[in-house]
Amino acid sequence: MTMDHKRKSLWLLIGGGLIVALGLAFFVSPFASSSPDGLNKVAIDQGFDGQEQESATADSPLAGYAVEGVDDESLSTGLSGIIGVAITFGIGMIIFGLLVRFRSKEPTSGAAPPAMTTGSA
Amino acid sequence: MHIPDGFIDAPVSIAAGAVAAVGIGYSLKKAKDTMEEKEAPMAGLVAAFIFAVQMLNFPVASGTSGHLLGGLLAAVLVGPYVGAICVAVVLLVQGLFFADGGLSAYGLNVINMALITAYGGYAIYLFLRKAMPKTKGSVVIASGIAGLLSVILASLGFTLEYALGGTGTASVATVAAAMVGVHFLIGIGEGIITALTVAVVLNVRPDLVYGARDLLPELEMRPAVTA
Repeated sequence: MTMDHKRKSLWLLIGGGLIVALGLAFFVSPFASSSPDGLNKVAIDQGFDGQEQESATADSPLAGYAVEGVDDESLSTGLSGIIGVAITFGIGMIIFGLLVRFRSKEPTSGAAPPAMTTGSA
Repeated sequence: MHIPDGFIDAPVSIAAGAVAAVGIGYSLKKAKDTMEEKEAPMAGLVAAFIFAVQMLNFPVASGTSGHLLGGLLAAVLVGPYVGAICVAVVLLVQGLFFADGGLSAYGLNVINMALITAYGGYAIYLFLRKAMPKTKGSVVIASGIAGLLSVILASLGFTLEYALGGTGTASVATVAAAMVGVHFLIGIGEGIITALTVAVVLNVRPDLVYGARDLLPELEMRPAVTA
């Protein structure tokens, strides 16, 4: 397999994975259980749920996994999921892109590409 | 398992913030030293995928739900250093934009759901792998079991934080038993989702599964130890 093929199939996997993530976030999340999660349930049962204070971001237009102004509950949840996946991927790419860039600029090694061509058949 | 503001007092929350900063700082440094260019998009995808699946609360016991934590899954796919950062990014997005998990509790949540699951879970994964044959099946099964145990470890993380600075009046022993009990059930879901996801990626691009690097044939390019 040549590097070109590998690169292509890497981006196919990333694209496919993103489509799966967006699909889950949009189509499946409206069906998620709305029961309290494990920690909240323990807090309720053990009587310390009342200690909870409102989040400082409770006024966010996406608070509680709903998009402000979208009345249809399923649509609102699904859209908030799509936005969340996009934001997370974006921030992730910025952080990891910077990490990789800093590394490749280090003087200890030459550019990465020459080292990578040696292994392909 | 997102801790809201108010469950744990301020001093313990602040101390947890410091511990989380050291843990993520270490993870960033190690990731910078070891990450290859082709791994960056995969890491971004892992974070995005975990965000999506964390929205999918599944019912466990009567009137209780749980969702994937994803730290062990991330560690198997992209390694514990990058994996811990992935979950920390997810928690940041959830806290800032979705009001899920208190901002003052961010350090607590990073410790429980990013550091404990990625590092503790991955240590369990490696331990299990050592006791099993070197096959793809072992990678999948070890991922599932380590995923389950990582959730229980995370629930113990919360219990420790509660013991140190909990604002509730329930005894630590009661909270510990309740937390571990319900998170054993949630952990089963975590194990299944983790094993399925690892199995899929392992079949599509085994070379992109960090925790399966030992299965790659020698002639395949190895991740350069030093460039």
